[in-house]
Amino acid sequence: MQRYGNDKVMELGPAVSRLVAPGMSIALGCSLEGFIPYGAAHEIIRQGIDRLTLVGPISNICVDQLIGAGLVRRVIAAWVGNVSTGSGYNFRRAVEQGRPRPLEVIDHSNFSITLALEAGARGLPMAVSRSPLGSDIIKDNPHFQVFSCPHSGQRLLAIKAVNPDLAIIHVQRADRLGNGQAWGALGFAALAAQAASKVLLTCEEIVDSEVIRADPDRTVVPGMLVDAVVELPWGAHPAPVQGYYDLDGEHYLEYSRRTKSAADAADWLEQWVFSVAGRAEYLEKLGRGRMERLRVSHPAPTGSVEFGW
Amino acid sequence: MSAMDYTPAEIMVAAAAREIRDGEAVFVGMRLPLLAFCLAKSTHAPGAVGVFENGVLRDLPAEGPIITMGDTPNQCRALKTTDLAEVMTLLSGGHVDLGFIGGAQVDIHGNVNTHRVATPEGFIRLPGSGGGADIACLAHRLLIIMQHQPHRLVARVDFITSPGYGPTPGWRAEQGLVRGGPSALITSLGVFRFPAGRALLCHIHPGVDLEELRRRTGWELEVSPELETTAAPTAQELAIIRKFDPHGLWTA
Repeated sequence: MQRYGNDKVMELGPAVSRLVAPGMSIALGCSLEGFIPYGAAHEIIRQGIDRLTLVGPISNICVDQLIGAGLVRRVIAAWVGNVSTGSGYNFRRAVEQGRPRPLEVIDHSNFSITLALEAGARGLPMAVSRSPLGSDIIKDNPHFQVFSCPHSGQRLLAIKAVNPDLAIIHVQRADRLGNGQAWGALGFAALAAQAASKVLLTCEEIVDSEVIRADPDRTVVPGMLVDAVVELPWGAHPAPVQGYYDLDGEHYLEYSRRTKSAADAADWLEQWVFSVAGRAEYLEKLGRGRMERLRVSHPAPTGSVEFGW
Repeated sequence: MSAMDYTPAEIMVAAAAREIRDGEAVFVGMRLPLLAFCLAKSTHAPGAVGVFENGVLRDLPAEGPIITMGDTPNQCRALKTTDLAEVMTLLSGGHVDLGFIGGAQVDIHGNVNTHRVATPEGFIRLPGSGGGADIACLAHRLLIIMQHQPHRLVARVDFITSPGYGPTPGWRAEQGLVRGGPSALITSLGVFRFPAGRALLCHIHPGVDLEELRRRTGWELEVSPELETTAAPTAQELAIIRKFDPHGLWTA
């Protein structure tokens, strides 16, 4: 392994080229509405890396964009759409009409996909749950088997472990060794990093390792699991990142309006992904005024605690 | 107060809030369930705590406007920000009293569909479960909130995302579910309860015609002999709802 101890800082393009390959399974959007790694996902779209399997809980329009770009052949998730408005139209077209290409969906609930990753993270073949017994999610679904508990005889679900090839996680800050710190609601980011073979971390800021060591409670992804760390300010826009920027509701509404037809969805990708070289150009297009409106306007620094000895 | 003074969504929020008891742990969804939680907190249930599936536990309404549970004001001044595994563990362990879900279809047994709906041309793929199935399986009580339309209240859902009571008594236990099930279905026209695992109309909203409600119900309507009229939202309740939804984004 020997993944620890090296400087892992890379630029986004080379990091995606090195870590993402056609046919891979990738966990992203692991924290539900927050911390969605749009910046990294857009680079995957620009590089045209295809035949992907995407793994997520409630998966917002990041997944819809990758599907619309024709890069996804399978989704393993609890929900795919636009959390602000409902439907993801690229997802619908792919499932209902096979456009731009057919999409296999392995349905989960938020709990079952969490448990699948937890089992994967622990090196086990399955997880155990009651939910979603009674749901049609488990019918003809290769990830679920009903079994009888050998101890109690209870009817339970055996959920197949999920080990993604790669987890892409966005956090507030990381050091050059890849120790990633995040605060706020995290979904299953930590489990995804543990379950995946490789981890690509993007962050708002690269900080000195002393900043990490001064506050070890906040380390969500330890550097020993991380293969590359990319400094990518606003890398999760339009998703919120606590302490940096809030959800850009306007962006989600516009995406909903502008993706109802395949042609419009292609125009949207052209405007926000293909016609920009990277995140810096994306932010220029977004505009300073819009960014200012999303920044923290009600500061609430947390209290500090004694961590000495 | 006349029926013209509030919207159908506002009476749904008021009726939903009344289902929350003081001191309960409530698995909160967005939109109307969030407003119901904020209303209950501000009135009869100040001790209720909200559990959000992205990993937020909070006992104060967010101080700023939010569209999703991940928005930054919903995390600021939370009691705990954590991960999905922890909130689902609370649910699975029986620590969550009440959960809310909505959906595209519900049937007489309280099964909810958020996966796929058949159409004459084929089907419409919906986003999926999210945490809905988990809440329906594991919360002590489930509240379903839905617009009352014949294509939504259907004889049989096209897909059971979130299980209700099933066709026979004991169906949930046979599946392996140890608690829970729908406690109420709150629609834009009335409130159903499930005394024998079947939807029974117990409240009809003020000004709603029973025959109109029957026409808009896709199953053979069963009406409680003690059918009551839903209490209209009070001026205080409306003021609170409008404070938390000032532009009528969810309740207009």
